[in-house]
Amino acid sequence: MSDVKKPSNPWWKFPLWLLLGVGFGAVLTSAQVISVVRVRRMFAFEEPHMFLVIGAAVATGVISMLLVKALRKSKTDLSGEAMEFKDRPMQPGIIVGGLLFGVGWYFTAACPGPIYALIGTGTWTAFAILGGALVGTFLFGAVKKYLPA
Amino acid sequence: MDVPITDPLPWYIAGPLLGLFVPLMLLLTGKEPGVSSSFRHACAALLPKSGLDYFKYDWLKTGLWQILFVVGILLGGTLVQFALGGAGVPLFLPENLTAAGLAVLFGGGILVGFGTRYADGCTSGHTISGISNLSLPSVVASICFILGGTAASFVHRFAFGGTIP
Repeated sequence: MSDVKKPSNPWWKFPLWLLLGVGFGAVLTSAQVISVVRVRRMFAFEEPHMFLVIGAAVATGVISMLLVKALRKSKTDLSGEAMEFKDRPMQPGIIVGGLLFGVGWYFTAACPGPIYALIGTGTWTAFAILGGALVGTFLFGAVKKYLPA
Repeated sequence: MDVPITDPLPWYIAGPLLGLFVPLMLLLTGKEPGVSSSFRHACAALLPKSGLDYFKYDWLKTGLWQILFVVGILLGGTLVQFALGGAGVPLFLPENLTAAGLAVLFGGGILVGFGTRYADGCTSGHTISGISNLSLPSVVASICFILGGTAASFVHRFAFGGTIP
């Protein structure tokens, strides 16, 4: 077995990603963070629910990842593939893009995950948001070379 | 809008569950949770002849995992809404159903797509995954998300009579 090269992404990862998505979407929906009610109350600082969900998620993520990095020196996943830490360098888009997304998040009441979860709940208005997001993504691709990077 | 507002899954359960997806996904599948790149994969798939470098890559090879993940998120919404008693809160407002309301959603969607791609991530990629891996740009981006939304809320309420449901 030692000379067998590991295939990239064994088949079982694909249904697993779907399943992980189901879990992620179910929590987003149950926690109501996909709701215009919660999002509007958050951005008006009327209720702490959204901030607490986000804060608790970040705190859990930070602590659990510190543990993972300390205990799993190989930095590989179960199939032996390297864990992929996406590199997101500091650049003007972090601030400009971040602010633009924040404005869009308020007016749509949906960040990207909730757009999909909303469609799943049968909230057909979310197709307008998804359509806009795809147009916005295309526009970014079209003007990317003119933007400071 | 006859859906009453009931209590959500409490933050002290929902937050930790969402945060645990970072180590869970990395350990099981090698990927960190992220959603907004799926818009790029969709554009690359729908417009193979756009001629734009940003969409010139093997979207199926690079993005299949993420496409499955977001389809899963969609099904997660379906599961809760139709099999587990519903979200328990209105998911849209009457004002969203007018032509002007839909235009606002579409325009806001453009900002979501453009902004997340320029910032290179959204609330999952930057705020949950990025900060969990101690990335400073992700902290800055997340602060900007909140600032942008707060500014929009302020302008909407005080200049355009926007309301809080």
